[in-house]
Amino acid sequence: MALRVGTDLVLVETVRGSLDTHAEHYLERVYTEREVEDCRTPDGIDAERLAGRFAAKEATLKVLRPREEGIPWNAIEVLRDPSGWVEVELSGPARTLAVDAGVSELSLSISHEGGFATAVVVASCSQGSAASVR
Amino acid sequence: MHAEIRQIITQHGRLPVDVQTLSDDADLYEAGMTSHASVNVMLGLEDHFDIEFPDRMLKRSVFESINAIAAALSELREEAAV
Repeated sequence: MALRVGTDLVLVETVRGSLDTHAEHYLERVYTEREVEDCRTPDGIDAERLAGRFAAKEATLKVLRPREEGIPWNAIEVLRDPSGWVEVELSGPARTLAVDAGVSELSLSISHEGGFATAVVVASCSQGSAASVR
Repeated sequence: MHAEIRQIITQHGRLPVDVQTLSDDADLYEAGMTSHASVNVMLGLEDHFDIEFPDRMLKRSVFESINAIAAALSELREEAAV
């Protein structure tokens, strides 16, 4: 059993800029409907929460280590537990890549501070063996 | 097409260097384009050229240089013409 770690840092202001410039086009291409709902507040979409989710997607990509496989961002989904914890759920080509790498478990942590959002993903995997991924 | 791509990268790529000084083969990630900025470049390209990058093209190598982007756009146009 081996471990892989991925991390990413996102400037929240850049996500706010994407929302201002690309609006729904940005949301549809990058996030799932559940993720957008988790980031919705009475004042609109919370760019800080979105930035955390984008960081999580990139951190997950660093764990999955794609080469020439195309991976849509919404094939990596951040799910929020009612208690506040977050988890990663993979689908489509992201899930295929994880299975091929023998990823058996993914663990995610997201944090925000000072205009930045960061995420860390840890995966346990056995390269080449089949495994189930949540 | 290259000039249009260069303009879109200037507008959306948030590069710390002048895009006009980069060669068509220059690595945009090496030049400072973040993964999030590459999303904005992709969205800008989709809006400008009225196309949608399919899932198979959503990878780092497609957006790593002006030439790579031009090749992907040409491929999409050829597919659309069939």
